Amino acid sequence: MVAIVIGVGMIRGWRASLVGAGVGLLVLVVLSVGLGTALTSIPIDTLRLVIGALLLAFGLGWLRKGVTRVAAKGFAGDEEIVEDDGSREQRLGLDWTGFVLSFKGVLLEGLEIAFIVVTFGSTANQLTIAAIGGASAVVVIGVVGAIFHRSLRQIPRSVLILSVGLLLTTFGTFWAAEGLGVHWPGDEIALPVILGFYCLVAAGLIALQRRRLLGNPQEAYS
Amino acid sequence: MSTLWRWTKEFGRFWYHFLVGDDWTIAAGVAVAILVTWGLVESGVSAWWALPFATVAVLVLSVVRANRRA
Repeated sequence: MVAIVIGVGMIRGWRASLVGAGVGLLVLVVLSVGLGTALTSIPIDTLRLVIGALLLAFGLGWLRKGVTRVAAKGFAGDEEIVEDDGSREQRLGLDWTGFVLSFKGVLLEGLEIAFIVVTFGSTANQLTIAAIGGASAVVVIGVVGAIFHRSLRQIPRSVLILSVGLLLTTFGTFWAAEGLGVHWPGDEIALPVILGFYCLVAAGLIALQRRRLLGNPQEAYS
Repeated sequence: MSTLWRWTKEFGRFWYHFLVGDDWTIAAGVAVAILVTWGLVESGVSAWWALPFATVAVLVLSVVRANRRA
């Protein structure tokens, strides 16, 4: 959740990302308070499939841009070209793409946390304590994200596009497959394995691209 | 009516750019990958490997297309 919000904030702008995360949390609170224990009746698998597929499609676009730009310009990147990373549709003064990405990431992961809280809390008849525990976890993760986002500002944008593309593609793959009924070996432990797999693929593609561009250097700056 | 039509068009345009972007093969490839994975799951196959490998295939195809356009 925090990884998506920070990554989107770095590339699409903090305002859209934080507003998207805030609205996602607000919807989550309204759903949790409004539905209570009925929250578990929301078709989470359908939600996972839809949001996972959207993140996968969008993440792959960024991953491809990251691969081609890092291969062409190196890890330092080329700020002038990297700035143009697709349409920047503005609504109510916000970058709508950044808003939607953060909103969906926060809503889906927040719903999963809320399901766990409601399930364990109602089973043990300790719903209030479970809710306090869940809310505290969200606050702690948010604070950790706020601390680390400053050091992330040092990273070149082309590397950020590649990294966020890898993250969105990883989460998109995981959620879409879960929504289809796939059981990942090791459950959530599969996430870093998928990320590692995509990192290896991206590194291989960058190496192949660089070799191709070395044979045809003018293409790198076309 | 014209305001409603304009909003509908803008809404559709946003989602088109969001999903399709500058390479329609990514959205189409993801749709096919999801359909194939769904088919395998419905057939009783433990298909956790299908979507990551299909995703890599879509990525490679998109990079190749980007190279051709460059």
